Amino acid sequence: MTTHEASFVRASMVEASPAPILESGIVFWLRKNLFATPKDTALTIISLLVLAWLVPPAIQWLFIDAAWTGGGRGVCATVAQGGSQPDGWSGACWAFVNAKFSQFLFGRYPMDERWRPALVGILFVLFLVPMLMPKVPYKGLNAVLMLVALPIIATILLPGGWFGLTYVETPLWGGLLVTLALSFVGIAVSLPLGILLALGRRSDMPVIKMLCTVFIEIVRGIPLITVLFMASVMLPLFLPQGVTFDKFLRALIGVSLFASAYMAEVVRGGLQAIPKGQYEGADSLGLSYWQKMNLIVLPQSLKLVIPGIVNTFIGLFKDTSLVSIIGMFDLLGIVRLNFSDTNWASAVTPVSGLIFAGFVFWLFCFGMSRYSGFMERVLDRSQR
Amino acid sequence: MAIGVTNAPEKSKSSGSIINDPQVRGIFYQAITIIILAVLIYWIVDNTIENLRRANIASGYGFLRSRAGFDVGQSLIAFTSDSSYGRALVVGFVNTLVVAITGIVTATIIGFLVGIGRLSHNWIIAKLSLAYVEVFRNIPPLLVIFFWYSGVLAVLPQAREALALPFNVFVSNRGVAFPRPIFGEGAEYTILAFLIAAAASFLVARYANRRQAATGQRFPVLWTALGLLIGLPLITFLATGAPLTFDVPIAGKFNLTGGSVVGPEFMSLYLALSFYTAAFIAEIVRAGIRGVSKGQTEAAHALGIRPRLTTRLVVVPQAMRIIIPPLTSQYLNLTKNSSLAIAIGYADLVAVGGTILNQTGQAIEVVSIWLIVYLSLSLATSLFMNWYNAHMALVER
Repeated sequence: MTTHEASFVRASMVEASPAPILESGIVFWLRKNLFATPKDTALTIISLLVLAWLVPPAIQWLFIDAAWTGGGRGVCATVAQGGSQPDGWSGACWAFVNAKFSQFLFGRYPMDERWRPALVGILFVLFLVPMLMPKVPYKGLNAVLMLVALPIIATILLPGGWFGLTYVETPLWGGLLVTLALSFVGIAVSLPLGILLALGRRSDMPVIKMLCTVFIEIVRGIPLITVLFMASVMLPLFLPQGVTFDKFLRALIGVSLFASAYMAEVVRGGLQAIPKGQYEGADSLGLSYWQKMNLIVLPQSLKLVIPGIVNTFIGLFKDTSLVSIIGMFDLLGIVRLNFSDTNWASAVTPVSGLIFAGFVFWLFCFGMSRYSGFMERVLDRSQR
Repeated sequence: MAIGVTNAPEKSKSSGSIINDPQVRGIFYQAITIIILAVLIYWIVDNTIENLRRANIASGYGFLRSRAGFDVGQSLIAFTSDSSYGRALVVGFVNTLVVAITGIVTATIIGFLVGIGRLSHNWIIAKLSLAYVEVFRNIPPLLVIFFWYSGVLAVLPQAREALALPFNVFVSNRGVAFPRPIFGEGAEYTILAFLIAAAASFLVARYANRRQAATGQRFPVLWTALGLLIGLPLITFLATGAPLTFDVPIAGKFNLTGGSVVGPEFMSLYLALSFYTAAFIAEIVRAGIRGVSKGQTEAAHALGIRPRLTTRLVVVPQAMRIIIPPLTSQYLNLTKNSSLAIAIGYADLVAVGGTILNQTGQAIEVVSIWLIVYLSLSLATSLFMNWYNAHMALVER
């Protein structure tokens, strides 16, 4: 029996030595992400060169050289063009956006009455923010405020004509007000209508099924602008003499119907993803059709297609800009209308106005897509 | 107990009331829908006839033959203001097709590049592609069109100070002017040679595939095809005495003369549609490539297939299967979005139709033409893509 004689036994663990310099830290990150292969290195260098060529001039144009304040086109035009800027100057004309800002928000809504859309806007934000936060309680009450109270308040306040409020006709509405109003109503109408159409398309009744399919396929096959044309030229033909629709209302109908056809296809995808067992289980419990749909199928399928639904909302929000073609002044329309203001006409005014409008649209759409990603994660967690 | 037994059949009979029979209910609901619809249609038709009579508008497509009286900015087929409304619509349709096809090609190229870029291991390329997608996806296409039209192209120098690019291409606020090729005698032989080369390349590719399947030997298809496609027409071209001259645009005192000019309307519509749709295509491509499970790549590597061949033979064919259906709907979206042309005055189908509608008041006829054309374009595209999809689809054994 030989016993192993150990002269030294370590009682504690050895400290881990730091990773080699090439395998950690910023050098490692750079090597791995930017200079992994010769091809990568070349791509990195090219992209850096392109960025160096594009970004500093863009910052210069957008911020440093930009005209921020001023009361007329003079601040945005060079001396040769009759302004005060040195020759060869080019920069964003934020003074234009600054001066027209309230018009971009409310359009040609009368000055004295602008507290009305502003109030509706504040209420909208007040109701929307708690609605969007999953942890805030009283979701039911909140939904009622948002979907019932707000539309009623808005219908009373915005056009007026009741309770001593002066009547403001819709052609005077404009700017972000019109964009948001169209999108809000479009979203509120297209989701339920789209669900109904999707259910109809999957119905057992051949007549209902055919009608829904034909409607969905025709609307999806044609551009929105033709739908808006139909709403503005065909609708008056279809109605009896003397009955007229407001132009705003016609655009609203066009946009909502258009979005609901797309919504229907999204919802149909969700309905198809639910296993047949769920339908059969509901049937065997003796639930009626609407109970089956409301309690079993729709809650599951709508959760599945949240990204698609939000994408449709984003599409609808972007599509509202098309109403400027049929002569309404949404955000894009009112910005373009102001290009022709001789007080502000300069070479850089259109670009500045369009960049501003683009930024506002971008902010809303990007916000929506980010929120949908967040909501997906929240719902995903609760499922586990 | 005996009572229970005797009661049972009676009970089931009473519960089978006709009101609760789902089939009877279904027929009832459908009948009501049909009646409501019929009444609605009757009401609409009645109102329309009355309204048309009041406005003195004769319905029917006879107006298509009368003189248009307006001019179209850009058209591929001959058109003057003396041509008919029908011809104007054809011009519009051709213009729609032109912008849709060029837009689809460009959007696909940019979209694939950006989509692959988003998956790049190179951090800066991935972030740049992400920024591109997030910017263009969240801005209305109409705004992008205006951005190009009144933001970029309108502030370009005037025609007499046009920017000169290589190969006699001039860029000004009147559009892009480039040399127009004029084909002389014998030019058709070059085109014929190209067609023959294309057919030969196709046959070579088929032969090479068969040979590889049978013997495992490979054949340099790409180089042969390139040689055929470039060499054969080039030899013919030179042999027939190079029958090609160019009408070069010349900067005059006030304007450019000669050459072909592509107007700023087309350019802004084409650029905007391509850039906008490319953002969506990029996301589809990314999803498609990510949708191929990693095991496929690993298995290919385990079999000793090199990375480039793995991509070509294993990843791309499977990714295409995921990519094609949503890609189809993006192509259709681009075609439909080309109707935004009306906002900047590019004479597409909707813009021409809108002008005709304003001149004649034939709302129903013009709208019906729009519907038919766009629906058939949609149908044709989806039929083609379905065929292609079936061709690429997984063959389950």
